[in-house]
Amino acid sequence: MISNAWLIPAIPFIVFMIITFFGKRFRNFSSCLSIGGMLVSFLMSCMILKELVTGSQRCYEFSLPWFASGEFQMEMGMLIDPLSSIMLVVVTLVSSMVQIYSRGYLSTEKSIDFSRYYSFISLFTFSMLGLVLANNFVTIFCCWELVGLCSYLLIGFWHHKPSAAAAAKKAFIITRLADAGFLIGILCIGLYAGTFNFLSIEGLIHEGQISPQILTTMAILIFLGAMGKSAQFPFHTWLPDAMEGPTPVSALIHAATMVAAGVYLVARTYTMFDAGPNALLVVGYIGGFTAIFAASMGLCQNDIKRVLAYSTLSQLGYMMLALGVGGFTACMFHLTTHAFFKALLFLAAGSVIHAMHSNDIWDAGGLRKKMPITAIVFIIGSLAIAGVPPFAGFWSKEEVLMAAYSSGHMPLFILGEIGAFMTAFYMFRLCFVVFGGEMRKHDAHLHESPWVMTVPMCVLAFLAITAGFIDSPWMNHWFRSFVCFDGGHVAHHGGGHEGHHLVMAISLTTAGLGIFLAWLVYGIKAINLDFVKKTFVYKLLYGKYFFDEIYDTIIVKPFVELTKGSVKFDQLVIDGMVNGVANVTAGCGMLVRRIQTGLVQSYVLTMVVGLIILLVIWMWV
Amino acid sequence: MDFPILSWMIFIPLIGGMFILCTPKEMEKTVKGLALVFSFIPLVLAGMVYVNFNPKIADLQFVEKMLWIPAFNIHYHVGLDGLSISIFLLTALLTFLSILISCNITKRVKEYFILFLVLETGMLGVFVAMDLFLFYIFWEVVLLPMYFLIGVWGGARRRYAAIKFVLYTVIGSLVMLIGILCVYFTSTPHTMDIIELSKTCSFAREFQNIMFFLFFIGFAVKVPIWPFHTWLPDAHVEAPTAASVILAGILLKMGIYGFLRVSFPIFPDAAIYFAYPFAVLGVINIIYGACTAMAQNDLKKMIAYSSISHMGFCLIAMGALTVTGINGAVIQMFTHGAVTGSLFMLVGVIYDRAHTRNIDEFSGLWHRMPIYTGLMTVAVLASLGLPGLAGFIGEFICLMGSFVSTFSGFKLLAILSTSGVVITAVYLLWMMERVFWRELSPKWEHLIDIDKRELLAIIPLLIIIILIGICPKLLVDLMNVSTTQMIHEIMP
Repeated sequence: MISNAWLIPAIPFIVFMIITFFGKRFRNFSSCLSIGGMLVSFLMSCMILKELVTGSQRCYEFSLPWFASGEFQMEMGMLIDPLSSIMLVVVTLVSSMVQIYSRGYLSTEKSIDFSRYYSFISLFTFSMLGLVLANNFVTIFCCWELVGLCSYLLIGFWHHKPSAAAAAKKAFIITRLADAGFLIGILCIGLYAGTFNFLSIEGLIHEGQISPQILTTMAILIFLGAMGKSAQFPFHTWLPDAMEGPTPVSALIHAATMVAAGVYLVARTYTMFDAGPNALLVVGYIGGFTAIFAASMGLCQNDIKRVLAYSTLSQLGYMMLALGVGGFTACMFHLTTHAFFKALLFLAAGSVIHAMHSNDIWDAGGLRKKMPITAIVFIIGSLAIAGVPPFAGFWSKEEVLMAAYSSGHMPLFILGEIGAFMTAFYMFRLCFVVFGGEMRKHDAHLHESPWVMTVPMCVLAFLAITAGFIDSPWMNHWFRSFVCFDGGHVAHHGGGHEGHHLVMAISLTTAGLGIFLAWLVYGIKAINLDFVKKTFVYKLLYGKYFFDEIYDTIIVKPFVELTKGSVKFDQLVIDGMVNGVANVTAGCGMLVRRIQTGLVQSYVLTMVVGLIILLVIWMWV
Repeated sequence: MDFPILSWMIFIPLIGGMFILCTPKEMEKTVKGLALVFSFIPLVLAGMVYVNFNPKIADLQFVEKMLWIPAFNIHYHVGLDGLSISIFLLTALLTFLSILISCNITKRVKEYFILFLVLETGMLGVFVAMDLFLFYIFWEVVLLPMYFLIGVWGGARRRYAAIKFVLYTVIGSLVMLIGILCVYFTSTPHTMDIIELSKTCSFAREFQNIMFFLFFIGFAVKVPIWPFHTWLPDAHVEAPTAASVILAGILLKMGIYGFLRVSFPIFPDAAIYFAYPFAVLGVINIIYGACTAMAQNDLKKMIAYSSISHMGFCLIAMGALTVTGINGAVIQMFTHGAVTGSLFMLVGVIYDRAHTRNIDEFSGLWHRMPIYTGLMTVAVLASLGLPGLAGFIGEFICLMGSFVSTFSGFKLLAILSTSGVVITAVYLLWMMERVFWRELSPKWEHLIDIDKRELLAIIPLLIIIILIGICPKLLVDLMNVSTTQMIHEIMP
């Protein structure tokens, strides 16, 4: 089975080709083909995971030579180990749920757009699966860029909307900017390691062939790419705008594909980060900062999808934080559970938007009566993300915080706890406003979504409840024995019980406080927070710290002016010189031409005068 | 192989031109048919060349050599090796496709196709000529048809553009001619054979430097290297579609090829001496070209400046003097030819329908032209270096080659060059957003999607772009052995 793993990404790619060339008019054909293919990929991923779990060998590598130039041998290959096999299952599962859901969500689209959607989403999943399976930096970079392309195409799915067009472009360009760093990192690896293969590089690092300073440089350059994809500060501005895409796309981007890629990349190349001094600290602090920075912006957004977008940013910050403090397992665990509950939250939000035709949470209210399933699954998702036991998020967040605590980086631990409080608050703000209270808009057409949409939500809700158990004491901490990082300098965290109860108590308290506060303010309206809206802090948060405006002023506008300047330079200076030379030549020609009058008398006159002058000179000399 | 396949390939278009010359000018269909046939035959032969080419041999293949002007020891010497085969094959393909795409012209049909076929002879000749005299003749043969194509069939400011083009290149090639004569009279025995000159003759260092500089002027104008580039945007804007395709796809590569074939092997010490200026000019080309492209409103002008930017990657990669760098330059030549060729064709398609190329006049063309938009997207993505498409391979190998250079400082230059990749993405996607995305403006309700003939001309290029992107081995293997030997000779 494992040797056939290449089929897992190949199936969505073939589906993409078929739909692109033949599926334009047949909506059922393209959607069923895409969903069916994805389910097959999912089953195969499960089989691979099972083989890895039961088998004795934990790491398989397959590769084909891609091309060779000079001293470089490029390959295209797959690396199947616990890390990638877990990701395979997560990606294919979330993708199939999203694809099933999309059949209902996009049912009003024209056939051609409907098919286009499925072809793009297949390509998207293909790229992500390729990225997960890649065994070397060049392959992962190729898939990495393709993931960026697909997010560009899907965020801009409604290409007639100027805002969607701008958001798509923004997403591509910001990630591309970060990818330039990644590319330079790859060039460094080529120069100093001479190979791009992950396992070979790990071998070189263990042998001490690469100096630590260079390793740090490489690791930080690679992390730049990861920051772009995972929308870490200061590259975070594209992610909220990416909400312009259809909601299922947001679910896929936020849960399992695009943004998870950054975290996965750091996990995949963890040996480099581990061996390069300070590289992990950078990762940890960027992640920790993003965790509360994004959560604070999420506190006062009124667009349901934007709140979720900021919560994604914040959760990705947690994952980076976990990596930074050596919590490799904790990070992957959180990535897995987050994929399920975040996909669930987005799909539920999509269900609300589908019914309401509005993203504004203040348009909704009391939806629990009309949309009971959506309300229940949304609350399950919120409980999971807030870290309430026994939901999935509780287990994974607990491990992340535990890793931070036991690593001794107290600032990171405190950042994490503050973020957890804010997360609980804004998620339950959503719950109370959207599903609680009385209905603000009495719309007779308001109804629960069709089964194609609710079934995937229920599946994900089930996982959002149960996925945490894979690393619980009742399953003997299966996950941490399966996905773990060995052979590094950083001590392993997560197994230790020291301070375990303290951490759990603190995080339960913060989560509880957050939920309680949200209940007071938005549930029973015991506290009126309207006065906050006049304060500077609120305006700052509501305006997203004005990062878009700042970037526009200090980067975009000067750059546009620069390009205009270079055009002026081109026209006036360079072309001016060229035309100047031409004009001088032509001018000389014009002057000299006057002499050639065609009158024989004047020629003779000139000749005689010249002769006399010559004679005079000769006589003088 | 005894069959002189290269000579046939070079001269069949010329023969075709003569046939067309004898055709009455009223018979436009016959003229077009003849042009298609006589550009298709070299394409078939090119396929045979590709099949029979042995990539494991570093030296010339398909060699034909005979004494031509005995008094000056000038030979008719043609041959192909890894440096030239890719661009030689692309020439045959692009010319055929250009003739296909220009089948809708109505003005002076007969003259147009004669010139085009003569142009093909010149271009094919440049890439196989192994004698400086022959090289120079073909080099000049390319010039005149292009001058007329721009000057007669061009746009409003065609005369200015054509004269600018011709003056620039003539001055460049005259300086090169001086160089050729100097080399001839300095070599012992007097020879113009490129292979002999590069293998046996070693000139004094100072002489090499001066000669390198003279040839540099000739080639730099063609590439074009900043600040000799301003003829290019004007020529592109005014040239008819097919001439633009050839100009960007093949003519610019003659400059790069000239460096690789003549300057570097014959003046190896000078090549090392000038490595830094070369690479710095490359970086200027990349960044300056990209920045200037960004602020253009004319689609063709934008792509013209993007060509300047992309050629910069060739320059920095060549300056690095590594095997991977030279490979990168040759690959970038090929991929850029295919990508920019298809971009210019696509712009031609929209210009034929809308009679404008101004970006800000368009909006939402996706609604009316979905297939066209799809093709344009592929070409644009290839141009901005998306992996899976050809453009990435060229740029990546160029950057890799420069980064591993033994000259210090090239790392910094390579890092600076990556900014070009970002800026390219910015202006191309911004263009896509303004032209194809957003709401359809009512002005363009009548536009019709791309037709069969145009598809036929563009699809082959896109297939090549995707194929090379997925399987770069096909291309890289052709040259690796030759470039390895070349670098070995320059930097023993």
